[in-house]
Amino acid sequence: MARTASRNIGQSIPRLEAREKVTGRAEYVHHLRLPGMLYGKIFRSTVPHARIKSVDVSAAQALEGVYRVVTIDDIREAIPHPYYGPAFHDQPILADGKVRFAGEPVAVVLAADPHIAQEAVGLISAEYEELPAVFDEVEAMSSDVLVHDVLKPAATFPDLKHLAGRTGTNVALDYHLLRGDPEAGFAAADHVFEHTYRSQQVMHIPMEPFVSVADAADGRLTLHTASQSPSFVRIEIARLLGWPENRVRVKVPYLGGGFGGKLYIKLEALVTALSLVARRPVKVALTMEEQFFMVTRHPCTFTIKSGVNKDGTIVARTCKVVWNGGAYADIGPRVTQKAGFTSAGPYDIENVEIHSYAVYTNRPPCGALRGFGAPQTAWAYECHMDEIAEALGMDKVAFRRKNLLQNGRPQATGTIVQDAALEQALDQVADRLNWNEPLDRGDGRIRRGRGIAVGFKGITAPTTSVAIVNLYADGSCGLYISTVEMGQGSDTVMAQIAAEVLDMDAAAIKVVHPDTDVTPYDMGTLGSRSTFHMGTAVRLAAEDARKKIAELARELGLPEGSNLPLPELFRRKYGMQAGNIIGTASFIPKYEKPDAETGHSRNATPFWGVGASGAEVEVDTETGHYRITKLVNVADVGTALNPKLVQVQLSGAGIMQLGFTTTEEMVYRDGQLTNGSLADYKIPTLLDIPPEFINEHVDSEQKDGPFGGKGAGESTTIALSPAIGNALFDAVGVRLTDLPLTPEKIFRALCEANGTPLAGE
Amino acid sequence: MTTEITIELDINGRSETLTLDPRVTLLDALREHLGLTGTKKGCDQGQCGACTVHVDGARVLSCLTLAAQAAGRPVTTIEGLSAPGGELHPVQAAFLEHDAFQCGYCTPGQIMSAVACIREGHAGSDEEIREYMAGNLCRCGAYPHIVAAVRQAAEMAS
Ligand code: FES
Ligand code: FES
Repeated sequence: MARTASRNIGQSIPRLEAREKVTGRAEYVHHLRLPGMLYGKIFRSTVPHARIKSVDVSAAQALEGVYRVVTIDDIREAIPHPYYGPAFHDQPILADGKVRFAGEPVAVVLAADPHIAQEAVGLISAEYEELPAVFDEVEAMSSDVLVHDVLKPAATFPDLKHLAGRTGTNVALDYHLLRGDPEAGFAAADHVFEHTYRSQQVMHIPMEPFVSVADAADGRLTLHTASQSPSFVRIEIARLLGWPENRVRVKVPYLGGGFGGKLYIKLEALVTALSLVARRPVKVALTMEEQFFMVTRHPCTFTIKSGVNKDGTIVARTCKVVWNGGAYADIGPRVTQKAGFTSAGPYDIENVEIHSYAVYTNRPPCGALRGFGAPQTAWAYECHMDEIAEALGMDKVAFRRKNLLQNGRPQATGTIVQDAALEQALDQVADRLNWNEPLDRGDGRIRRGRGIAVGFKGITAPTTSVAIVNLYADGSCGLYISTVEMGQGSDTVMAQIAAEVLDMDAAAIKVVHPDTDVTPYDMGTLGSRSTFHMGTAVRLAAEDARKKIAELARELGLPEGSNLPLPELFRRKYGMQAGNIIGTASFIPKYEKPDAETGHSRNATPFWGVGASGAEVEVDTETGHYRITKLVNVADVGTALNPKLVQVQLSGAGIMQLGFTTTEEMVYRDGQLTNGSLADYKIPTLLDIPPEFINEHVDSEQKDGPFGGKGAGESTTIALSPAIGNALFDAVGVRLTDLPLTPEKIFRALCEANGTPLAGE
Repeated sequence: MTTEITIELDINGRSETLTLDPRVTLLDALREHLGLTGTKKGCDQGQCGACTVHVDGARVLSCLTLAAQAAGRPVTTIEGLSAPGGELHPVQAAFLEHDAFQCGYCTPGQIMSAVACIREGHAGSDEEIREYMAGNLCRCGAYPHIVAAVRQAAEMAS
């Protein structure tokens, strides 16, 4: 539990970088300009699926001020096998003979003036032989249209190996889980329910669009990049170049938002190739529009079926989850597996069967986005829970509580659930909604309703974090970690953890930002893992440093516990202010990979992310417009190491998911994105925040987390959408199955329910 | 090639002479020509507010303003709000105190917008603040904290 005596843990210490940020002096890659640097602007495909017949760059090349126009043929001179990706080596650095989505990079113009480069892009033309395309994930499962001729999994994921060389399919991963005998369960159940729900394609939209700078010279490369995973970038670039890792240096300052978008490898392969070809530093900075072509969140179609007894016990459940991965796999196969194994929801069900598929389509690629698939699955299982409770005439909270997984019970994989405050979170939301009090439901045109939902997620595993604590001769401390500070507050929290062990003030610790020449390996700043993984590594590294301080004291013949100030120790040892004490540690949590056949694992996740949400809505039945009058999010973050930072994480994640629930959707016509700008694709503004907006964490502890803490960045994204969907049903009695929940959909559903359906969309 | 023009800009009380393409925006003039990177480029299309600065004391989107339009008129950017290492402007201090940001990328625009919003007399209530700050997007969703910070700064100013 939070230790009140601590001056670091559990304290709302202000962000270490706050002053830099409010004065505009914080460093972002977006500002960087190197001597001799060229800007790259991208010419993109205008068709979703085609063979490239020709690309004419002559007019662009002839424009005054253009340094060079680059296509895949040029890139091959520097990188003979120019295909990259974290799970599959399927993405060409520039289109290679074929384009697989409208917006795919085909050529790049390099110029010292970005405006000239942009002008030249307009002078490039390409001729295509168009191919039939497939956009829908369910269709793509069985379509004759193949996005890739052959599957090319990366060697890094042993569980993808069996897919190598597979042809004639768009399925890039299938994950299966079987527990008990669902068919027998259905046969014996009093009722069987089956529903299908869909989530739409959305985008991260970091306010700092993707940007990378490469500087290659003399067999060495430095990348300055807005990346959430510098260590992975180094490894993947070294692989592409066939170089040892130590010749690739990756530096990351602050990020202007990431949300999972800036993970693994994005623009880094392209800028590296361009710098090698041009022999000059090269910067590529995407526009807000271009971001939509980089990476997005998976659309998902989820069919869920449950067998339920009269008393409300769920006895069997099957889940078929199809993930639309877009044209390149990115980390989609991992999303498929990680969100797959929790797709039956946080319930104790004896018989479970799960099939989760990653599918290629001719859309922009999909990857990780704040929740790693958990929000899409919870949208389905928590709407389904309400539909069942409604049919059984049971209270929605009581029905959930009856089936909720308790600590100590096996989850569908067989992993015993520990430190997951599911019931507490659910109860706290119910309490904040005054669930047991009647609601003023309105009458006439305006109707009110409320809804509730709860969900959980597994955490990416197995993953490693390494930390170095460096004590200088004056007793001050540097913390060397490759965790990326992108707003989540990691610099501050990691400093708090180190300071707690070293008995210092967090503000006195300097956190050294990722620089792979300097800071040690970390798998990535993703999936709520930093506090738990890196936090533990930092704690262990600080303990290692303490041990070394004690050794030094012994070496100097000091009595045990003499507590001589550190600078004095150094002076006695070296005769002057000199030397360092380096504490280091790595951390990899226990993990057992799921059995290929049954999906079982005794250790499926290092910890559980838990979130519950509740909403009250007010619907205008004549227009379908609605207001969310109250929104409550409650998360289990273990011990809140820094309550203020936790608070802004919870509310920020909630607001983001609010956008994904109410307005955001990438809309296509014939495979062309039609709303790729902030004017047409509406993210939440100040006016969209519900008048009552409550974000809290439960009082809990992650026993094996650093000082009881665990991740907080995604928990409030999980259950928010179904809470609102359920509230809308409660208000007006129509069930929307497809996100986002727009007034038009409500109005159509109301007309349909009234027996006066509107003409098709 | 367009003929370049020479203009005189008054940035944070300093006079700067620039020779540039007449199509260059105030945002690019600040960031690319003067190295004042505190002002951020988000959308470059007038849709996010990250580039907000003051011209003649009023907030403008510098990505939609040509540098030439600002010639001879006082321009204030986030760098002009407080001296390096000096005391923070009350709005900056309020943002810091309320943790009204995460990644910080929208923050200079939010702060410049808030300073003007308070000066305009549009920060009288939370509703008013929401209305008059709605053009500044924050993808990190620090909105509740932004409102709290602006409210505090407005109360202090009145
Ligand atoms: S950069 Fe000017 S409004 Fe977005
Ligand atoms: S603080 Fe990140 S966009 Fe506002």
